[in-house]
Order: sequence, then structure tokens, then C-alpha cells
Amino acid sequence: MNNSSSSKKHSPDQPETSGPTFKSQRTKMDTEKKILNKKLKDVEISCPIVYGSMAFWLGKKASEYQSHKWTVYVRGAMNEDLGVVVKRVVFQLHSSFNSPTRVLESPPFEVSEAGWGEFEIAITLYFHSDVCDKPVNLYHHLKLYPEDESGPMSTKKPVVMETYDEIVFPEPSEGFLARVQNHPAVTLPRLPIGFTLPPPVPVEDASRRKRGDTKDHPLSQWFMNFSEADELLQLAAARQQVQAHIAKLKRQISVIDGPHQQLKSISDQ
Amino acid sequence: MDAKDILGLPKNSLPIPQEKKSRPPKDSQRKPDGISREVYALTGGLAPLMPAIDSSQLKKQPPKDEKITWQWLPFTNSARKDTLQLYHWVRVVNGVPPTGDYSFAKYNKSVDIVKYTDEEYEKYLNDPGWTKEETDQLFDLCQRFDLRFIVIADRFSSSRTVEELKDRYYSVCRAIVVARAPALGDISGNPLVKEPYNVSQEIERKRALSMVLSQTKHQERKDAEVLAEAKRITESRMAAKVAEESELPVPSNAGPESAERASFPGDTVSPSSNVQLPSATIASSALTADNASTLASLRMLRVYLRTYALDQMVQAASSSAGLRTIKRVEQTLQELGVNLKPRVPTKSVCAEHLELRKEILTLLNLQKQLQYKEAEGSSFRDCSYADTPSTPKRSNRGGDQDRTFVPDMSFGGERVGKRDQKRKAPGRLSEAPSSPAQSKRPRKLKASDL
Repeated sequence: MNNSSSSKKHSPDQPETSGPTFKSQRTKMDTEKKILNKKLKDVEISCPIVYGSMAFWLGKKASEYQSHKWTVYVRGAMNEDLGVVVKRVVFQLHSSFNSPTRVLESPPFEVSEAGWGEFEIAITLYFHSDVCDKPVNLYHHLKLYPEDESGPMSTKKPVVMETYDEIVFPEPSEGFLARVQNHPAVTLPRLPIGFTLPPPVPVEDASRRKRGDTKDHPLSQWFMNFSEADELLQLAAARQQVQAHIAKLKRQISVIDGPHQQLKSISDQ
Repeated sequence: MDAKDILGLPKNSLPIPQEKKSRPPKDSQRKPDGISREVYALTGGLAPLMPAIDSSQLKKQPPKDEKITWQWLPFTNSARKDTLQLYHWVRVVNGVPPTGDYSFAKYNKSVDIVKYTDEEYEKYLNDPGWTKEETDQLFDLCQRFDLRFIVIADRFSSSRTVEELKDRYYSVCRAIVVARAPALGDISGNPLVKEPYNVSQEIERKRALSMVLSQTKHQERKDAEVLAEAKRITESRMAAKVAEESELPVPSNAGPESAERASFPGDTVSPSSNVQLPSATIASSALTADNASTLASLRMLRVYLRTYALDQMVQAASSSAGLRTIKRVEQTLQELGVNLKPRVPTKSVCAEHLELRKEILTLLNLQKQLQYKEAEGSSFRDCSYADTPSTPKRSNRGGDQDRTFVPDMSFGGERVGKRDQKRKAPGRLSEAPSSPAQSKRPRKLKASDL
């Protein structure tokens, strides 16, 4: 699905020649760590995530300063464990909260609070050292009140606002690649022929993995569904229409061009 | 830490842009003590910067064992050169007047001006442009006015500019310092020695400063425009250079590839390398060059979001289009029922979205082309009325063909009779009045009838 050759200029079998020679340059440095840190070009790792918030109205229990109970979170798009990629997540809440900088060192990456106001939350994702040393910033506007203000507020159904995005690592290190080869949280492109991956690192015990994924999360029933199939269909249909119109226009232009040529020759006489 | 708390500022420097909607939440999530929320809100949600009256001080009483009286007593000021005696009120504690000098005498500071002897003058300080009297007068004025050269220049007997006076003063001081120092090493740290006063530079600097200050708004705007343009040019050159560098490794061997990659951060910085742009890059179509340069710059980032990448690619693709065209593209997308920003931005979705946008651009360009051709065509027909009567028929047939194609262009799926949207509003693919189409025909007939 994530074919790296679609948007890149050079052909996918290019790395075949660059792969082995590239390795030979770098093996001069003999430590294992340096080999693991070697960056792989033409292999792009993408990690689909969903970030957003869920807010429950407190109904009768609501007070002047706490009318809603909400949770802001970052999760894997298919509810997988992001802990393999993300080392730490920092949520920057509104300054009126106690210690508004909330740091989460392990999954699940979420913050639950109670309040009355909507504001923008800054989310910073820090990655493991073999993944990337630069953090990524996301911004999410906390939504407490539903779209149609006239509708009754319910304590059972939360107001959910989620955004889908993908974190792309254009030149991942070998160590990272080895670690996440078969992990569901990341998507790897179809690897070019002749490209040999280092042996996969043994997977951690099942219980640890389960902790980070949100499949059994208590709120998972409210998570939004993001299916790229719908969007692809929509886009494909639109493209077809546009292409048909382009073809028609081209025909029309050629029709006009034809008689124009004859007109020109007539008027020249 | 507490100061920031009081001021209500965020503790971290992470910027949190607040929208208008969320301005109410700015007023305390935390309940203010002592006053109700509404009253607190009146102060703008912030506690006052400084307490108006320190309440603890109000309650404080003077110590009971001290007897305070105020007396009208004489005093002298050590800062004065004469022995003038004045009177003032003095706070006397238990009958003992305060001791010490007049409290403001310590503020009488002055600058230490170098004092040279006549011999020193003869030996080191002779200068063709200055007489001894002038130099002496200058130093006297410097002493009196604490090196306030503007005032000194005003008081100076002969008309000398501030820069000249400064120059003379500093060079004399420098010469004295150098002459009096036992060894050159001792004074090499002295700022007079290290950085001598440069008259011409000072004059130039002040002139430039006054020019900048007296710039009109018009001039300011023009300068800003020129700078922005220059910046854009260097950036596009650098991007093209990046594109060129990333394209070069493709055909070349992989060996030098890593070396080139390593060197090109350095290369992109130097503007002189712009000249070496190979013609291949310039010759290639603007679209692929833009794409390649965006791709290259994305790859330079170690991590990025897919939505960010899509934004960059969209910008690159529409860089040649004007604002109106971009708006039309977005309108078309909306009519097609496509989200302007994909809801599920996966790699394939983003690629499709980008391709769709490019195709819409092509479509709009073709529509414009068609418009021009029709305009050309009609002007041809108007001119050629003297010719064979078959001519208008042909053009009419062309017009008919126009109109039969047109109704099929309905993205909304509705067939709306006769439409000629190319005339009315190019790019608006929903219904448009058909009258222009009909008016086209009578005009042509009239011309040909003559």
C-alpha cells in the first residue's frame, strides 16, 4: 500500500545498486551501534496516529468550574501500541490548570481532566533516540460542546473530536527498522528487490505489548473510524470526472483550431 | 515562578495561540480567593501587578520607645566648593540629630578627564589642525560638561563638528595613555588603545542613521518589497540547487552520492554556487522542478507529518497559479464533493489528492485556452464578413458543437439545458444562464449579413 516509488522521482530499483556500495562505505566504522545508526534512504517508515479529545458532560454533577470531564490522547490509528516509536508525549494544557505541562513517559498517552472551557492543547511527540531526535508538534482544539447547540447534552454520549495524521520518517535508521519490522504500529513500504533487512529483533513479551495498545480501552467504543477506502473512492470518482472533462475540452479546442486554420487561409486571399 | 503565577503567564515558553472563542476560559479555572468570580473578572482576570497599599504596613506603628521630633537645622553639602550653609527639616530621634554628610552629596559624580602637562603637550600632542588654546579649551569644557559632546560643541568658540571634537579628545587621551604607560602590554586592554575613534566611519554611520530615520513610508515599503523579492530569489535558487543536487545522484554512482549529500548543506548556504545551476534543471518543466525540490526539502527533515508534506506539495504545484485560480480549484473540489484537506491522509490518499488538484489546474487552463480561442475565432469571423457566406455557417457549427458539449459538463449530475459557462464564469461548473450563448449567434449573423 505504501509504495515509496509513487511520489519519488527515481525508480524503485535504484537502491539495488546504491544499497551494497553504500554499505561498503560505512562498514569502515566497525561498531555495531554505528551500523544500527546507518540511515536507509528510499525506505520510508510511516506511523499512522490519531489524536484528539473526548468530553463527557457531567450533567447534574456539573459545577461552575467543572462542567465536563474530558480526556485528550494520542493513539495508534488502528489502536496499536505507539510505545515502539514514541518515547514521550507532552501535553501543554491551559495555564489555569495545575501544572499545565503533563508529561507521559509510557503509553497510553492520554490526560484526563475536568473543566469548563475549550482551548487549544499543544501536543509534542518525542521519539526514541534511534528513531528521530527532533520532536513533532501537534495542535488540538478541545471540544466540549456538540456541533448543534440546540440539541440536548447527554452524559452518556461524549463529544469526540479526532484528527488522523501520519508521522513520516524519510530516512530511518537500520536499528529502528529492525525493531519495528513486524510491528502493527508502523507501515513499511514494499522493500526493493535485493534489499536485505537485518534479522528482526525478538518481540517483547505479549503482556508488555498489550499494555500500550488501545484495543481494549474503556473508551474505544467512541473512537472514530478512519477508513482510507472511502476517501480513495471519492478521489477516484472525482478524478474520473475531471479527466473526462479535460478530454472533451481538448476535443473542442482541436475543433476550433481546425476551422480557424481554414479561415485564416481564406482571409489571406 | 511566583511572579509568573501572579501575572497569569504560562510557565513554559511554548506558544499557545488563543482563539477568540477560548478567551472566556482565560478567566480562571482556579477560583480566586476572597472575591467572587465576576468581580475578579472585572480586573481582566489578572491580579494587580503591585498591591496598591501594603496592608501590613498600614497596621504597623512606630516603635513606642523612640521619641521623634522634627527640627529646622542648618547643614552643609560636601559636594559644594564653597561653604554655603542652608537650613532644612531634620527628623530627630530622642534628641539626637542624624550624623553624616548631606544625603545627596554622594550623587555628585564626574568623569575623570585626563590632565596633561605642557611638556606632555609639546612632546606628544602637537597637531597641525589644533592649537594649544583650542585643545585646552576643549578639555576644560569636557571637564565642565562631563563629556557631553553635543553641549561642548555648542559652547566651543570656533565652530567644530562633534566628530572633530571627539576625534581630538580621543586621540589626545590615547596618546597620553600610550606615553604614560610603562610598557605597551599593560595598556593593550585599554579600549582607547584597542579601538581608536574612527572619524570617517562615525560621520558615515551618523549620515546613514539619519537617512534611515528620515525615510518616508513610501521608501520604507519599497525597501521591504525589494528585500522580500531578494529573499524569494535566493530561496528559489537554493531550492533549485537542492533539486539539482538530489537529481545528480540518480545517474551517478552511489559512491560519490553520500559525499555529495554530505557536502550539500554547506553548498546551499553559499550564494555563489547559484551560478553553477545546470541548464537541465532550468529546462525541465516548472512543475517537476517544484515537486523535486519540495521532495528534497522534505527528505532533509528527519521527521514530518503527512499533512504538512501534502501542504508543501500543494503549494509547490500551485506556485504558478494566481490566488483566483487557487480559489477556483478549491471551489471545484468542493463541487466534486472532495474534502479540501483529506480526512484520512494516508500516503495514497495524499498522492491521489495531489494528482486531482493538478488535473483541475489543467482543466482550468484548458477552459481558459478555449475561451481565448473562441474570442479569437469570433474576431476572425467579424473581420471576414466580406468573404464567402459559407464562413459563418462553419463558425456557427463550431458554436453548436460548443453548446452540445457544454451541458454534459455537470458535476452535480444535473442536466441544465443550454449552458455556456465559459463565457460567464470560467470554472463555475454549476448552472449558468444561457443567454450569452444565444446572443453570440445573432451578432455573427449581423456581421455576415453586411
